[in-house]
Amino acid sequence: MRPSSPRFHRRSLGIAAAALLTLSLIGNPAAAQQRDSFKVAWSIYVGWMPWGYGESEGIVKKWADKYDISIEVVQINDYVESINLYTAGSFDGVALTNMDALTIPAAGGVDTTALILGSTSNGNDGIVLKGASNLAAIKGRDVNLVELSVSHYLLARGLASVGLTERDVRVVNTSDADIVSVSASPDVTAVVAWKPQLSEISAAPGANLVFDSSRIPGEIIDTLSVNTAVLAANPSLGKALVGAWYEIMQLMSKADGAGRAARVAMGEASGTDLAGYEEQLATTQLFATPTDAMKFATVAQLRETMDSVRQFAFDHGLLGENASSADFVGIAFADGSVLGNPSNVRLRFSADYVKLAAEGKL
Amino acid sequence: MKRLINLKPERGVGIVLGALSFVIVLAVYVAASVSRLTENADDKLLPSLATMTSTFVRLATEENRRTGDVLLWVDTGASLKRLLTGVAISMSIGLIVGVITGLIPYVQRTLSPLVKVLSMIPPLAVLPILFIALGVDELSKIVLIVFGIAPFITRDVQQRVEELPAELLIKAQTLGASTWQLILRIVLPQVVPRLLDATRLALGAAWLFLIAAEAIAATEGLGYRIFLVRRFLDMDVILPYVAWITLLAFALDLALRLINRVVFPWYGAGAVR
Repeated sequence: MRPSSPRFHRRSLGIAAAALLTLSLIGNPAAAQQRDSFKVAWSIYVGWMPWGYGESEGIVKKWADKYDISIEVVQINDYVESINLYTAGSFDGVALTNMDALTIPAAGGVDTTALILGSTSNGNDGIVLKGASNLAAIKGRDVNLVELSVSHYLLARGLASVGLTERDVRVVNTSDADIVSVSASPDVTAVVAWKPQLSEISAAPGANLVFDSSRIPGEIIDTLSVNTAVLAANPSLGKALVGAWYEIMQLMSKADGAGRAARVAMGEASGTDLAGYEEQLATTQLFATPTDAMKFATVAQLRETMDSVRQFAFDHGLLGENASSADFVGIAFADGSVLGNPSNVRLRFSADYVKLAAEGKL
Repeated sequence: MKRLINLKPERGVGIVLGALSFVIVLAVYVAASVSRLTENADDKLLPSLATMTSTFVRLATEENRRTGDVLLWVDTGASLKRLLTGVAISMSIGLIVGVITGLIPYVQRTLSPLVKVLSMIPPLAVLPILFIALGVDELSKIVLIVFGIAPFITRDVQQRVEELPAELLIKAQTLGASTWQLILRIVLPQVVPRLLDATRLALGAAWLFLIAAEAIAATEGLGYRIFLVRRFLDMDVILPYVAWITLLAFALDLALRLINRVVFPWYGAGAVR
């Protein structure tokens, strides 16, 4: 007789171990205690390329070392996936827009702080029509865009500006990876997209850029957001990230050789070249210094923007099924005031760390 | 001989073992879900079974606030229409092309290399061409499914025709059968049940292409919904939808198997099942 039972034992042990491993992998969201190693996720976008540059040039490491912590800055190939990984607890911070911060982690119960407001879209997102040069002609058309994304928000704002509503068009959900090839199809006549895809789509013959984010200045904000509980327990994470960010900003906004080299590196890392990257930078309002960021992000301005964003989010069911009004999720601002439900604050705009940077106290 | 391959579980034990794997998977899921939900009651990654059930019931019974549609049925209807149209067209192509290329040497030399090459092209890679040629509406989605599975079914049918015993064809010819009669009386009865089997195997791929097509550009459909709410990590929608798709796929598979058993009782009659 073959001694087969020990093998079975080993196998069942293996299964149990695998199950435990699975549990430990997905069962432990980022716990909010004091730690000394952190992970931050980012994806390719003009306003977030500095994070990749800061990681590869050791600037992030330098600042992390200063506060005796370690920060791993990880590039994720898919933007939405990076947010989902953060929301699920695999990362302590993520680069995302103000709208996605509200609708994904905050609506998903993860209390999130927008630590750095790095830039705003000032033409990076746009609506393209074929065979028409004004937005009102969009009426009755099928509009291809990534549904429920910043593009969708831009469309809603654009429609409102010409007295139309979403009922006047038909939205067709289209993947951002395929939107360029989709827009080449003759039966697609209206597209909303962001750069770099937008540059490609609007350059096609017969295509006209009829509305872009420069018409709603400051409403689409690219942030670096972190888990509020993690930040509260580990202020050094906030200090190191903010310190590193403004060092990179200063470097890349220089006109000299070093600044140029930084922009070349960022352009190449995003799959284009210096000219392509600078074309994207031209439609991005980048806050080069902490003072600039603070000047932009006044409480009044943010309140107005977030009110419009949360209304859009609620109208499209993005605050969850339990949300009975746009007030469901509370949004807190730097002066402590709250928009929405004060006992359910899930998104916070903090100026504390940027202020430290402005005062040179980092 | 006491070897592992000769130890067969009794019927009851077999059922228990089969169920056990499901129970383990479910237990691991519930444990992980509970552990995450105690950390954060609003966690979306691993929703509780109760949340998923209530979401599913809501999707299947309540009208959507914005559109007034009952989402599950609208999505299911749209997806099944695309899937079944694509599969039906693929079956027709597979049967016709498969039989004539398998039976008629001149056609075989002409078409077989083309079919072989076509079946090697990954359909998703040429998707932009489909979009530009056919638009981004229903047609391109159905064509993607056909592109994906018709060559596979065709090659399977063709091979089956080539495998028919030469004696059968010769006998029929000595009795005076024409090519047309050969096809009707000898080839089709042997090959149609095989066509259904090949279709069953191709269904998995058909679903894959359907969902890929709906993820790229759509306004409704099961794949559309999954990719839409994926942005918001609404796993309480995604997981029941995945279970629903599995159920639909299983039902289609079962239906094809039953048709085979009832309509073509001779098929596989001698084989050990």
